[in-house]
Amino acid sequence: MADVGAGKYDSALTVFSPDGHLFQVEYAQEAVKKGSTAVAVRGKDTVVLAVEKRALAKLQDARTVRKICSLDDHVCLAFAGLTADARVLVNKSRLECQSHRLTVEDPVTVEYITRYVAKVCQRYTQRSGARPFGVSFLVVGFDQGIPKLYQTEPAGTYHEWKANATGRNAKTVREFLEKYYTEESIQTRDEAIILAVRGLLEVVQSGSKNIELAIMEKGKKIEFLDTDQIEKYIQHIEKVREEEAEKKKKKPHP
Amino acid sequence: KSLSYFAAGRTTMEYLIGMKFNNFVLLAHDNNGGRDILVMKQDQQKFFILDEYAGMVVSGEAGDTVYFSEFIQKNVVLYRIRNGYSMSPSAAANYTRHELAEALRQKVNIVNLLLGGYDKTSNTPSLYFMDYLGTLAEVPYGSHGYGSYFTYSLLDRLHRPDMTQVEAEDLLLKCVVELQKRFAINLPSFSYYFVDQNGFGEKKVLTVPPPPLTTARAFHPAAVEVME
Repeated sequence: MADVGAGKYDSALTVFSPDGHLFQVEYAQEAVKKGSTAVAVRGKDTVVLAVEKRALAKLQDARTVRKICSLDDHVCLAFAGLTADARVLVNKSRLECQSHRLTVEDPVTVEYITRYVAKVCQRYTQRSGARPFGVSFLVVGFDQGIPKLYQTEPAGTYHEWKANATGRNAKTVREFLEKYYTEESIQTRDEAIILAVRGLLEVVQSGSKNIELAIMEKGKKIEFLDTDQIEKYIQHIEKVREEEAEKKKKKPHP
Repeated sequence: KSLSYFAAGRTTMEYLIGMKFNNFVLLAHDNNGGRDILVMKQDQQKFFILDEYAGMVVSGEAGDTVYFSEFIQKNVVLYRIRNGYSMSPSAAANYTRHELAEALRQKVNIVNLLLGGYDKTSNTPSLYFMDYLGTLAEVPYGSHGYGSYFTYSLLDRLHRPDMTQVEAEDLLLKCVVELQKRFAINLPSFSYYFVDQNGFGEKKVLTVPPPPLTTARAFHPAAVEVME
């Protein structure tokens, strides 16, 4: 349905197709699906962002590939999709965060800055001569001690989530999170991290060098975990997995 | 206003002072807040921190000062968020001067300041003198306001770079006592801040009694009651 006659209706953005599609927006969502996976989990007093680190060329410096950015001291985000588009939006948002502080003497709420990003994205879906942003953001932070997680999409929509994923194989990760996210499973910092890492490991090759992880605890600044710390969590997860496998073996067959 | 622009912000009745030493910088400002001859506040905040290791004390036109300072503050923070590391005190000072200079021919912007900081990469303290014309000078000590006429000579004579924080406080005290003695405008209370390798310390307040009258006289008891 999306393919037939699509060619004629996706050049000028201000035009709807006869069956009500905005094809450029949908193509932007396809671009997001090609990006490396990003997962976010909202814990009780912690928010966790985990992203897939694509294998780098040998000569490339790992530090220059940052998919988790902070927008202010209390808000940060991860994205999936076109890195350059993300850079533009992140830059605008950082400016908006400070501008907000200057005019109203208060830090932004997570919802406010998400709404701002979504507003910019939407503007570009209704503008001639420019294409939409091919990025989806997972914005996390704290509003007066309450953890929040939002997701934005190229269409310019945003929703609040308890846990979500975006990018490649996001559906698989989301299904995993839907199965394993409970109030008990995200009580502590470690549990929230483990849930996020487990979710990411569903679609990413196991290994701490393939995962970039950042957490934010209530009242503290963003903290990036280094490879060794991530490795510890992965080993813990694998150990638990092995133990469960052992238990299943030992159970007598009915 | 009959004063020309050049004369408008040359001296104010507010007082700022900054002193640099080997391992730290001291910044201080008077606590009076008001217009001309009226004191509206006795605890006016004139210090603005620019992201942990740099800060400035500001004087000049009411409104201009706060507006300009907050603008600089937020832009210095934005630099850190964007680039992942803070502006050094020298960078912050040059940026501030740039904004002052740009504003000079756009609008009336009477803001004088002293910017002090500690550079963590080179482990050196620095102090910058700036005025509303866009002057920038790195100085060992500096001062703004009418009061500066009384205190520069003290600093010339007594300032040493190897002083301790206690000695620095003492030097500040000497300056302030001199103001109470010889400066016609009453500035009884000052706030001061230290910045060193650990960033800015807590605000400290220094209050000085009025100087004793040279002609001995007993106070009228009713007046004492009213004052208290």
